[in-house]
Amino acid sequence: MSTATNSQALPPVKRRNAELAMTLAAIGLTMFALIEIGLTRNGEMPPQLFLYGGVFGGLAVLAHVFIRFFAPWSDPLLLPLATLLNGLGIGMLWRLDQGGIDRAGPMSQLILTAASMAVFAAIVFFLKEPRTLQRYPYIIGLGAVVLLLLPLLPGIGMTVNGARQWLNLGFTTIQPSEFAKIALVIFLSGYMVSKRDVLSLASKQIKVGRFKILDLPRMRDMAPMAAMWGFCIIVLVILMNDLGTSLLLFGTFLAMIYVATHRSSWIVIGLTAFFGACVALYPFVSHFKVRMVTWLDAFAPDVYCVDGVPDDAWCRLNGDSQQLVRGIFALAEGGVTGSGFGGGDVGYIIEVQNDFIFAAFAEELGLTGIMVMLLALVLMVERGMRIALASKELFIKMFASGISFLIGFQTFVVIGGVTRVIPMTGATIPFVAKGGSALLSSWIMLALLMRMSNNARKPAPQAIQDEGATQVIQR
Amino acid sequence: MNTPIRRLAFFSMALFGVLLLNVTWIQAFQAESLREHPYNARQYAEVLTLPRGPIVIGGEEVAFSEPVGGDSESYQREYPSGGLYAHAVGTFPIRGEGVEKTENSLLDGSDERLAVRNFMDTITGAEHQGASVEMTIDPAAQQAAMDGLEALGKNGAAVALDPSTGAILALYSNPTFDPNPVSSVTDPQDAQDAWTELTEDEQKPLLNRALQERYPPGSTFKVVTAAAALENGAEPDSTMDAPASINLGAPLPNAWGGPCNGGEPDPLAHSIEQSCNTSMANWALELGDDKMTEQAERFGFNQGELTTPVPALESLYPNPSGDRNLLGRSGIGQGNVEATPLQMAMVASGIANDGDIMQPYLVESVKDSDLSTIEGHTPEKFSTAVSGQTADQLKDMMILVTEGPDASGPKGAIAGMQVAGKTGTAETGSGPTHNWFISFAPADDPQVAVAVVVEHGGSSGGEAAAPIAKGIMEAVIDE
Repeated sequence: MSTATNSQALPPVKRRNAELAMTLAAIGLTMFALIEIGLTRNGEMPPQLFLYGGVFGGLAVLAHVFIRFFAPWSDPLLLPLATLLNGLGIGMLWRLDQGGIDRAGPMSQLILTAASMAVFAAIVFFLKEPRTLQRYPYIIGLGAVVLLLLPLLPGIGMTVNGARQWLNLGFTTIQPSEFAKIALVIFLSGYMVSKRDVLSLASKQIKVGRFKILDLPRMRDMAPMAAMWGFCIIVLVILMNDLGTSLLLFGTFLAMIYVATHRSSWIVIGLTAFFGACVALYPFVSHFKVRMVTWLDAFAPDVYCVDGVPDDAWCRLNGDSQQLVRGIFALAEGGVTGSGFGGGDVGYIIEVQNDFIFAAFAEELGLTGIMVMLLALVLMVERGMRIALASKELFIKMFASGISFLIGFQTFVVIGGVTRVIPMTGATIPFVAKGGSALLSSWIMLALLMRMSNNARKPAPQAIQDEGATQVIQR
Repeated sequence: MNTPIRRLAFFSMALFGVLLLNVTWIQAFQAESLREHPYNARQYAEVLTLPRGPIVIGGEEVAFSEPVGGDSESYQREYPSGGLYAHAVGTFPIRGEGVEKTENSLLDGSDERLAVRNFMDTITGAEHQGASVEMTIDPAAQQAAMDGLEALGKNGAAVALDPSTGAILALYSNPTFDPNPVSSVTDPQDAQDAWTELTEDEQKPLLNRALQERYPPGSTFKVVTAAAALENGAEPDSTMDAPASINLGAPLPNAWGGPCNGGEPDPLAHSIEQSCNTSMANWALELGDDKMTEQAERFGFNQGELTTPVPALESLYPNPSGDRNLLGRSGIGQGNVEATPLQMAMVASGIANDGDIMQPYLVESVKDSDLSTIEGHTPEKFSTAVSGQTADQLKDMMILVTEGPDASGPKGAIAGMQVAGKTGTAETGSGPTHNWFISFAPADDPQVAVAVVVEHGGSSGGEAAAPIAKGIMEAVIDE
């Protein structure tokens, strides 16, 4: 790790005005989206334009001003990207509301955005040094496990769409796994930084001829891998039927152990164990089969469940690809340019306000719009990776790359599921998806990245004397 | 630690690359076929809001679209003639075959031949209109076919062709169905239920028997055998042994149990007139597999599916390949020979048109909403079935069928003109016989060639089918 190249790579410039300009552009896009929907759906300018545009835009500008004061060196691209994605999400929910498809969406999403931005500001303000989190890895790890297990409690646990991943608190519902995944990244960063030497040890090499294929770790160091594997398979998959979270957490775990140890053997072992377990469980866990069949044979008549073939109960047990296939049809309908915001028939998409909101974007904004959305997300991920590279402390490197990968992989799991790249598992698109837990956790991740980037990009304190040979090294 | 972070960054980018490639594949390359996927309900809903062009038969709109009215933007398709044209026209929303399906892109205006007009409409702000499709069917002939088969109360089909052009003048299948209930836009569930009921009906009203069902052609096929004989050097007075029954491994008797020419060898022309089984089977045996197959194929057998554009099944003359029993029986249209009513109408039309069969077609022209013709039909030759001389000889033989001293189909005769015909009473293996009649008239200047089949009529071709054919021919000629 060379500090010299890092400081060259990220010149100490604030670029706050650029951030403001881009944030205003993102707000403008959101307002145009609302106008387009209003004109298309109702033939008039939306009466709530200034309510939505004003509140949302005001919040985003406030967030920018806040950053100007409290994290002035942070990455200028992150806030505009998050604003754009969040704004598009609100736009689509307003569109679904106007289409009479989902009435509860836009106003609560706007309120939740305000709350999430407040939490964002609080984290940026109070968590001056994210490395302080390194002190309590086990407590945070325990917290992650508790959060993940909470939905199993009778009384408050709630099953939605087959997955037991919700808490019903009476006045509101929470999806604790959205927060558990962040806690898990914190724990893994702290744990792996302290154990990386051990985890990197190789007990023996597997060779083919003269070529080294894999360095195998020592058996006793397998414990964390085994624990993670067991938790993901047994608790999340078998008990909670939450394949999406399981895939997400295990994938992030593998990414982080690879970053910590630079050993590809961990990835090979992890993938083998995970998919081995899936194959082994395949005959016994019915929803595995349903998901696989739904994915692979989505267009087969008995899987698609053409009316009454053979009957609905059979379909529920053996796969029902209607949601997936109708989502694909929405993509096809959109084509390259889309039908325009508000101009599509997104009512054909099942559960369009949840995972399949992506299909609604694809239909109305087309391939062009989807590319913008995916590029915004990948930019956010890559900027996060850049923060990891630029940071000096190992914990921050782990933390930033872990959070970034989490954002990217979560996007892949949900959009890949909707577009039939991988089986459908259920997850939320960061910043875009409806729901407080998803939105709040997205803004928390953003706050952490902002704070870490601020600390990484902040120039070292000036030398005390102008021509002194002595340089004060920060900390 | 930076190397693995960089690799992870690349990996993340690769994940997004996969997503981008996949959505590009779906939205840019697969979009077209996915939009037309049969499960895709959007296409059905969307097309309901398009002002669809009418289908015209004999100057009348037999299918047209009316706005539903009220809040709905949809159009309701109306079929004022009920079941008369149901199999030829089809239904909209498209369920089965028919011109509604085959000409769909023209009717709904999405065809690229309409692109320039659509573009102009966009510029001028005019509403897009579908093209109108004019069909070849003669309403009187079609009505005669329907009346005849319905009066008989049997399942069956009738096809009438203009021998000189191939235009399909009648295309009727009994029982028919009313396309209106299954096309309801305002109550799609009722429409679906009505359709389901039709698909489950044991009488198969949705089956277009004229194009989509094959029957053993029985004795009507004897004209093909006779054609093969004449093309291979025989003359109408060439004789052939015609006993009461011949043994092909299994006995093959004549329909009436006796010999054909008082026990003497029977002239070919008389064998056709009387519909002699034994002599015609002997002709087939003498000609052999290859000559019989060649002649059948020149008439249109074994030539694949026909597109009228409504599809018609291939008719089959499987080469008997040395099987004497099958070869002998194929000479009288039994064995493994199977023909659609359209095929047998083509046989009659070829003889009527000096040996040339014209390509049968249903769509006369397609007209734009401003009545300019987008597409007109130019008659094309389907095949040369026989020489002009053979055609004349066959015509003379077939005239004897309706008016000779031993005529087997006198009920096909029309007063004041000569009618060339051929009866057929086909054994079916199970159930009563199928009764056929193929004919054309007037024999000296043929205007119409007809094939009628009565499914399991249990009668004879001359009794059950010939009067229906006569009615259709009269309807065409009277105009």
